[in-house]
Amino acid sequence: MIGASGSPIPLLILASSLVPAVVIFFLRDSQGIARTTLNLGGAGIKVLLVATLIPAAVAGDRFEWSAPFLPGLELSLRVEPFALYFLALSAVLWLLTTIYAVGYLETAPNRSRFFGFFSLCVVATTGVALSGNLITFLVFYELLTLTTYPLVAHSQSTAAMRGARTYLIYTLTGGALLLAGVVWLTHEVGTVEFADRGSPALAEWAAQNPLGATVIFAILLTGLGVKAALVPLHGWLPRAMVAPAPVSALLHAVAVVKAGAFGVILLIDYVYGVELAADLGVLPWVAAIAAVTILYGSVRALSSDGLKQRLAYSTVSQVSYIVLGISILSVMSTTGAIAHMVNQGVMKITMFFCAGIFMEVLRVEKVSQMDGIGRRMPLTSAAFTLAALGMIGIPPLAGFLSKWYLMWGAAEVDDIWVIGLLVLSSLLNAAYFLPIIHRIWWREPTGHWQVPPTRVRRRVEAQLSLLVPTLVAAGLIVLIGLLAGAPYSPLNLAREITERIYGL
Amino acid sequence: MSPSTAMWLLPWLVFVPLIGAGVAASAPRLRRGVALLAGSVNLGLIALLTWTVAAHDPVDLALSGWAPPVGIALRLDAWAAAFLLMTALVGLAVSWFATGPQAATARGSEGFWTLWLLLLAGLNAVYLTADLFNTYVALELITVAAVGLVALGGRASWSAALRYLFVAVLGSLLVLMAVALAYAQTGTLQISQAVQHDLGVPVAATVLASAGLALKAALVPLHGWLPPAHAGAPTAVSPLMSALVVKASFYVLWRWWSAAPPESLPLPAGTALGVLGGVAILWGSWQALRQDHLKRVIAYSTVAQVGYFFLVFPLLASDAQSARLAASGVVIFAVAHGLAKAAMFLAAGALMYQHGTDALSALRGAVGRAPVPTLTLAIAGVSLAGLPPTLAFAGKWQLLRASLEVGHWWWFAVILLGGLLTCGYVARVLRILFTAEHNENTHSENTSDEHTNDEHTNDDADHHPTRPPVPRRMAWAGMCLALLVLLGGFTAVPLIELLDASPLEQSVLEVSP
Repeated sequence: MIGASGSPIPLLILASSLVPAVVIFFLRDSQGIARTTLNLGGAGIKVLLVATLIPAAVAGDRFEWSAPFLPGLELSLRVEPFALYFLALSAVLWLLTTIYAVGYLETAPNRSRFFGFFSLCVVATTGVALSGNLITFLVFYELLTLTTYPLVAHSQSTAAMRGARTYLIYTLTGGALLLAGVVWLTHEVGTVEFADRGSPALAEWAAQNPLGATVIFAILLTGLGVKAALVPLHGWLPRAMVAPAPVSALLHAVAVVKAGAFGVILLIDYVYGVELAADLGVLPWVAAIAAVTILYGSVRALSSDGLKQRLAYSTVSQVSYIVLGISILSVMSTTGAIAHMVNQGVMKITMFFCAGIFMEVLRVEKVSQMDGIGRRMPLTSAAFTLAALGMIGIPPLAGFLSKWYLMWGAAEVDDIWVIGLLVLSSLLNAAYFLPIIHRIWWREPTGHWQVPPTRVRRRVEAQLSLLVPTLVAAGLIVLIGLLAGAPYSPLNLAREITERIYGL
Repeated sequence: MSPSTAMWLLPWLVFVPLIGAGVAASAPRLRRGVALLAGSVNLGLIALLTWTVAAHDPVDLALSGWAPPVGIALRLDAWAAAFLLMTALVGLAVSWFATGPQAATARGSEGFWTLWLLLLAGLNAVYLTADLFNTYVALELITVAAVGLVALGGRASWSAALRYLFVAVLGSLLVLMAVALAYAQTGTLQISQAVQHDLGVPVAATVLASAGLALKAALVPLHGWLPPAHAGAPTAVSPLMSALVVKASFYVLWRWWSAAPPESLPLPAGTALGVLGGVAILWGSWQALRQDHLKRVIAYSTVAQVGYFFLVFPLLASDAQSARLAASGVVIFAVAHGLAKAAMFLAAGALMYQHGTDALSALRGAVGRAPVPTLTLAIAGVSLAGLPPTLAFAGKWQLLRASLEVGHWWWFAVILLGGLLTCGYVARVLRILFTAEHNENTHSENTSDEHTNDEHTNDDADHHPTRPPVPRRMAWAGMCLALLVLLGGFTAVPLIELLDASPLEQSVLEVSP
């Protein structure tokens, strides 16, 4: 690229997914070994790169790369703790999802197309994580929309095309709003770099123009809120459930929804900064939207019989914990919110992996078909149960940490209603997950299952490429909870990031 | 290369295609080779000249030593270079597409090569000439060649070609009247001299030229002739029409307006052009959403995109800063549109070759049979919609910035809404190409059937007797253009700097005799 400068490390991280993506498009469907090697090789390299960078970034090292993109604006990628935090989450879960997807789609057609876009989707998420300014974020955020569309539509069935169309309408409209906000902001204050305490240029301008700053905030939040599935912009998420299970897993845990939540955090803490956001008085509104979303998602989850649909509404609800946490002015709740990015990701990906296995092995798609499934598939059922208990917030699982920190932070600043909300939400979580657990383990099998002829019964309950990633993800739920105090644990990193945001 | 050497290359941009046309007409067996050769030489010359313009100043040439206002003057600045480069790239890709042994129907008849090279000469002449009368002559050359090309589509396209002929001649007449009026008042045919004359170009001349050129560029409501002509032409002709021919008329009008000092421009006329542009974006996109033939979707998309170009006129008539933003924005947008639109029509041509029709209902599930053209449509569509990181995004960004600078909110909203509508009709086409063929009958609303269902489609495609595979050349000619416009986004900064360094209203008075 013309006029590029800086460290090549951010580019290397991008290339670890981009190179496999481009090569995979040129492979024939039958070249499975080459494709899998490329996929896993890229994903593995990325995990290693990210793992080696974390200590350096926490110690204060920064790696930045930039190139001119538009007049006065640069495409800027940088490695810093929060970027790396999101990147680590996506790198690890992507490695698991890749293994899972290779197994899940082993007999399906158009595998090269699928994995090509799959890897491009990783490129987009990586770019979102590494973005150093708003314009770079916008570029990769739109790229994420475009690369996930073929994944959602992958099966090419009428239902899939319909779901994908809804997805596209929502996310492109959100993207257009985001573009409007970014152009306007750039027009007023020039290029907006992400900074721990918010952009100084923006703070200066906003002091003179609080109304303009608030309107731009609202536009940007609406644009981001589509992907973050904030009510009433969440409509696409339950309908995108027609995608193959690994795609749903990544949409919910690392890519689209998480990119939206990541964007909201960037907007509040890295563009506006906590002080400016508080001064403008926008945070209570954000908290209110998050609260409505949490309750609405839970209530809708209660009444869904489709397993994936129930999980989708659960995501709507759970992702808003993140938004809620950062809109409370306290270090503790922001820590909880950022920690929840990882916790929710790990728990939700486990659940979608399980849902995919249930569907592939026994064609079980509805909650009402799950009676006694624990006897037939004990390992998968155990993983699902663990994730569900984590979502409810049972200690010492990952989900408990998020809720504990969120409540603690709310108590610190006397936002008692938040504690009430979280308790209510946990009760609702329990109300829609415990019946499933009850069915799995305590009900008699009713024989609704059909074993597809293509899936031969094996000694283990499902093929290993599906089962192993699921069990690893379930193991992570326990480990994150148990090892919360270890160095470089998600919680400690979240704490580290939050202290920078608050300038401590 | 020094400007003094470079200036002697300028006329060859017109001569090379003309000579090529002559050879193609007289030696039938050399046609394809000549076309490819002329296209390559043309691209090479322009690359060389663009490089010179970037390193130095605009290149001027007064033919046979007669200085303006007497002689014929050619002038190459960065703005012209951008259009010439786009023309050369699209032209070469289309020539490559049309040389294939399977492309006989795509060409219509072997007269294609002669007409196409004549058209190329006319286009290059329009971008190079600094003289209003020569502009008129070059526009007429384009009209003749373009009407001939459309008529290659056979009996079915003759009525569209005839209608196109009437419209184009009417437009040319209006332009000729405008030129005569301007000459009568200012005594010069140099655009830049005329607009800076003490008396100025009469408003009537500007209005007449605007009307005539808007008609030739198919600005709503003067667009009715475009969809039948562009969609009815042979598949190798459609990209030339939509990507290149429409641009020439717009280019002349834009030069006419941008050469004048902002305060001398008739502001209401500029606003009127902008409003019509806005209507065109919405109306063209809406119509594109409703077409049931792929080429007609793409043709209506041109109607919509032309609307974007006309948004520049109200912005030009404002202050200098936003005029420059808008000018570089619209030129980049037009260049990106040329590449993307040609890519789309070439992809449509490849699909049409395979399916024998461009009816969308027949193209169901084409993604499995023709993955490269489908992906070409997708990438080009992303560019048309102005999404990052394509070249069109840079143009859209500049236009959005300009409308904020001027404080005209409505343009801002129209540009964003137009982008969404573009996404809408592109996504609709892709949805049809993606939808598996037997869905409606055999498929329940159940994702679990996805595997077996798809295998049907693929088997079906491979063994369908009437569906030949897409020849590699047909598939990749469009893809090359689509990739250019995709990666071109990363060259936006040097491109905009190049354009910004080139003054819009500089006169050609200093040409040495």
